[in-house]
Amino acid sequence: MTALLETRSLSKSFGALLATRDVSFTLEEGARHALIGPNGAGKTTFINLLTGVLAPSAGEVLLKGHDITQVEQAERVKLGIARTFQINRLFRGLTVLENVYMAIAERVGAAPDMFRPAGKRQDVIDESMELLTRLKLADIAHKAIPELPYGRQRLVELAITLGLKPQVLLLDEPAAGVPSAESHIILDAIDALPKNIGVLIIDHDMDLVFRFAKKITVLVRGAVFAEGTPKEIGANPDVRAVYLGQAAHG
Amino acid sequence: MSVFPTATDHPAARALAGRHRLRLWEPLPWLLALAFYVAFPTYLGFGTDLLVTILFAISLDLVLGYAGIVTLGHAAFFGAGAYTVGMLAFHGIWAEPITSLIAAAAVAALVGLLSGLVLLRTTGLTLLMLTLCTMALLEEAANLAHDWTGGFDGLPSIAIPPLFGLFEFNPLYPNTQYLYALGVLFICFVFVRVLVYSPFGQSLTGIRENTLRMHAVGAPVRMRLIVCYTISAAIAGIAGGLWAQANAYVNLSTLGLDRAATVLIILVLGGYGRLYGAFVGAVAYMVLSHLLAKIYPTAWQLGLGLLLVIIALFARGGILGVGETLLRWFGRRRPSP
Amino acid sequence: MIFGIDIASMVLGGLAAGMVLFIVSVGLSVTMGLMGFVNLAHGAFAMLGGYVIVLAMRNWGVGFAPALAIGFVVTAAVSAVFERLLYARLYRAPELDQVLFTIGLVFVIIASVTVLIGPENQPLMLPDALRGQLNLGFIEYRTYSIFLIVVGIVIVIGLWLGFERTRMGAQIRAAVDNRQMAESLGINIDRLFTITFAFGSGMAALGGGLGAEFLGLDPQYPLKYLVYFLIVVAVGGPGRIIGAFYAAVLIGVLDFVLKKYVPQGGTLFIYALTILLLLWRPQGLFGKSA
Repeated sequence: MTALLETRSLSKSFGALLATRDVSFTLEEGARHALIGPNGAGKTTFINLLTGVLAPSAGEVLLKGHDITQVEQAERVKLGIARTFQINRLFRGLTVLENVYMAIAERVGAAPDMFRPAGKRQDVIDESMELLTRLKLADIAHKAIPELPYGRQRLVELAITLGLKPQVLLLDEPAAGVPSAESHIILDAIDALPKNIGVLIIDHDMDLVFRFAKKITVLVRGAVFAEGTPKEIGANPDVRAVYLGQAAHG
Repeated sequence: MSVFPTATDHPAARALAGRHRLRLWEPLPWLLALAFYVAFPTYLGFGTDLLVTILFAISLDLVLGYAGIVTLGHAAFFGAGAYTVGMLAFHGIWAEPITSLIAAAAVAALVGLLSGLVLLRTTGLTLLMLTLCTMALLEEAANLAHDWTGGFDGLPSIAIPPLFGLFEFNPLYPNTQYLYALGVLFICFVFVRVLVYSPFGQSLTGIRENTLRMHAVGAPVRMRLIVCYTISAAIAGIAGGLWAQANAYVNLSTLGLDRAATVLIILVLGGYGRLYGAFVGAVAYMVLSHLLAKIYPTAWQLGLGLLLVIIALFARGGILGVGETLLRWFGRRRPSP
Repeated sequence: MIFGIDIASMVLGGLAAGMVLFIVSVGLSVTMGLMGFVNLAHGAFAMLGGYVIVLAMRNWGVGFAPALAIGFVVTAAVSAVFERLLYARLYRAPELDQVLFTIGLVFVIIASVTVLIGPENQPLMLPDALRGQLNLGFIEYRTYSIFLIVVGIVIVIGLWLGFERTRMGAQIRAAVDNRQMAESLGINIDRLFTITFAFGSGMAALGGGLGAEFLGLDPQYPLKYLVYFLIVVAVGGPGRIIGAFYAAVLIGVLDFVLKKYVPQGGTLFIYALTILLLLWRPQGLFGKSA
């Protein structure tokens, strides 16, 4: 069976700095996979390579066995790769509903339409409201982003991405910056993700990672350092030395 | 859980579904424009100028207010349209008013498309510089191509044949010019209004609010911007063409930094990204400048400068924005006597 | 041989113009690079400085060198007040607000100068020592142009040393490259901004005074040369002193040569060149890559 998403010897250098070294990685269908590593390990660079924000210096990215290394970002989204951002990237001047509408309109191909009012696409509005209801955001659908507490904003970030109905979902520190009193809504939302999509989560929060992931990849200085089940990774003395020990300090 | 029986009934969903509907006051500007025609027959020259300026400001609103492209060079397209009409008529090639305007739109759109293809790769200071340089380049080119454009002196006294073969463009009694400009403005406005409420318009707003996220939801951002820039250029070209027909001449002032800065000020004064900001801004600016600029040019410049500083620091929504804030403020106070 | 002298004289003239362009623009380059602020009012500070210098010499009989010093100090002080009270509010604002605010400021300053001093050009009275021609051995050339070239070179070397060798310079470089990093290292960004802004405006004042002889000095000055100042910054790369220097010299010499040989199309060529350059390298010749 071919993997959902795969990289082969993927490398990226910025001048003399090698941010990603020879990474061969697979994400299976329905996977709950975590990518961890100390600060500066190149985790976000790796996500940027997967989504096509950056072009690799060497190596390939494959989606269901098809080489998509040269495919640009917007096209990869259409193929089913979507991400959330470490720092919220929302349409701050718009309502929660309009934020989600934007993503769904792109997915269903409504967005290029110039001559029909956006409000006449009842299908897009309905689907947006359904998604918001699922994420328990329906009651605040009419609010503008700045009026929401950070935890809710984080949820909107997730909602926009889910509106793209991805097959591959990349979550970049989904609970970062959320006060612990609110973080359960994020965790619940992640637990409730459709079972068939492959999810890759990047996080520092070990509780979240161990609760969520069935498989963990440890990235150190741009290269794969270790890979295994949470149990194996938790027990790996080398990982403890380079990463878990360090994480305890900050 | 939501208190609304179905998602479609949610007020947010209903607000979005009804956002594009015509509001009660929207015929008002057009009624006022017709009333002006009846009430001030001696000011129709000024009125025509005002209508052209509104149209130009609307074209800028599309790129600046909706798509968020900060440009200092929008007069490039106004000038392209004006010179298209002027040169076609002056050299005896084509002068019929409406088809000339279409030609003006086409040429300006082409300039917008070609410059947009290259300069919309950039952002920030570089983009600002490139819009400025493109306009300066066209101005210099118009200055140099003396045989075609009349160079520094421009093209005087262009003969425009009657509209529909019936209505004369009389420079002394510009009734035809005024109604013609009003008609063109109305058609263009309806088009822009449809555009900004469409999903396409919505996606332009998305690019303005967060370009990175628009990439991440799979939008072809650069292509959307180029399309928007080209459409806006075409409308600016129509405005320029109208200007040339109404004034019966063309000169370098249609292409200069002065005109580009003025239209920017007008839009910001009225409130950008609001469709009607162009109307309010143009009326406020043109009336004030008509009354003040000729009598106290320095005081006018001083006041305008202070106004810009105040808008930038305290009133980003312009006149309409301040109005909205006041309305909301009163609205909130009323229920609690 | 005549042709050689022709070229030499054009290059000298262009260099002198380029130096003035550099002295005016370098402050703008640093503030744009450091603060990311689109300051279209930079030329207004050059003009203010120029007026202080010219009027101090004419009305108070101050010498050229002390007048330059006064112009620098007064303009730097005035601009520091502006920076703290007004500019600082807009550092995080959208570009459009910065553009509007600074255009507004230019209008206010133009109108104020027109009312207080008058719309006419203010000529710079050069001291006797700087008038006439200077024999360089291979060519006789205007003393003042040679003086400008020497001053320009001294300033660029001084600025370069200040940038590379002093603590302040290191802080500015760090903040241009990565502002968050610089802040996390404990650099006082606010203070750095004010000092840099004031110093840059002071430099512009020197340029306004030194260049008044051939750029003129009237209330329209800030708008008339705006595009040129911006081209220097954009082509050189915002925040790059050496970049601004090369860009200014390049444009100065090109402008001079083109005006001589293609009196009609010279400016056209400079605009076209700028567009091509920025398309090739949007961050400017010496700017950091994205």
